[in-house]
Amino acid sequence: MKQKALWTDNSIQEIMGNLLILGVVISASIAIVGGSIFLFRHGGEQPSYHIFHGAPAQLRSLSGVIEQTRTFHGRGIIQLGLMVLIMTPIARVIFSVFAFLKEKDYLYVTVNLIVLGFLLFSLFGGIAIR
Amino acid sequence: MNYLEFTAILAGGSFAAGVLGALTGLGGGVVIVPLLTLGLGIDLRYAVGASLVAVIATSSGAAAAYVKEGYTNIRIGMFLTIATTIGALCGALLAGILSTKIIAIIFGVVLIYSAYLSSKAKEDHSDDSSPDPLAVRLKLNSSYPTLSGEKQYAVHNVGAGFGLMGLAGILSGLLGIGSGAVKVLAMDHAMRLPFKVSTTTSNFMIGVTAAASAGVYLMRGYIDPGIAMPVMLGILGGSLLGARLLMKFHPKVLRLVFGVVIMALGVEMIYNGFTGKI
Repeated sequence: MKQKALWTDNSIQEIMGNLLILGVVISASIAIVGGSIFLFRHGGEQPSYHIFHGAPAQLRSLSGVIEQTRTFHGRGIIQLGLMVLIMTPIARVIFSVFAFLKEKDYLYVTVNLIVLGFLLFSLFGGIAIR
Repeated sequence: MNYLEFTAILAGGSFAAGVLGALTGLGGGVVIVPLLTLGLGIDLRYAVGASLVAVIATSSGAAAAYVKEGYTNIRIGMFLTIATTIGALCGALLAGILSTKIIAIIFGVVLIYSAYLSSKAKEDHSDDSSPDPLAVRLKLNSSYPTLSGEKQYAVHNVGAGFGLMGLAGILSGLLGIGSGAVKVLAMDHAMRLPFKVSTTTSNFMIGVTAAASAGVYLMRGYIDPGIAMPVMLGILGGSLLGARLLMKFHPKVLRLVFGVVIMALGVEMIYNGFTGKI
């Protein structure tokens, strides 16, 4: 019994590890593509980050970033890569919910659902707070 | 300085921060924020946003390697993540309320404490007797591989550990760092986990914790692609190299020198916070 639980825990960990690597590789690749486009077009301009203006409004929401990516804007594509990166740990939590559901470990299904709730609140509820 | 030069400087500096962060075990975040604010005069909020993104990248990369080795206790990690995500949300909201001066001062204090902690020898308080009843109910007690086979360990003071992890989450959301230093307090001292288990499990939580504040950061415009891209890629590359180097030699002298540098940066952050130059 104990041995079996251990085995499933290990395979959960294995899949999780691969999921994380995949997320990082995809997001870094997207960011590199976007960065190259941005620097090719705007490399000669002057940055001004001494005073805080905040990132442009269209780069603060998923819909805006998708629109910017569709129109091939370098900064939008970078931001898309960063959003994929932020989604990676969230994907891991969603995977954990299903993995523990399969193990019939309902305590940890609940634990992961609570965490997922806070993550989704941060991503989608943030608009309301602002 | 145009964008091309700016990007090159940021990527180079972040690469170095990533290498040093991995070699000293402090992580790239605690180095990059002072570098960006004190060194390049970038606004603290942009620096914290970029650092947070880099923290997600490096911790995910490292966690992937760690979970396969069998040291990570994913149940402890998941349970404590409840505390760190609540904390991170609060921290991210606080970041929008507190002035950058106060945030800089808190950052400085955390830097000094991290430097102090990294200079001390790591202590292993783990044992296999009288676990916290809550740890039994949550199935937290486990074993980890050693040279002489699997070794069992018992988990203590779950409540205190949970509370301290909440604090670690707040600092992470406020400062855009992994806050490994506070996690050491929670997991090594309060819960008395074996050293390898606490290190890898703490890293396992960083990505999810940071993602909890990243949503709020994104909507406030703290995450700017022009800064976050070179910082994320630089730290990611640097920490991968640092982890490789760490397998070849133990940089005791470097650790000490770097500890002093971090200490000095902490003092400067506090000074700039008080004089309002940040």
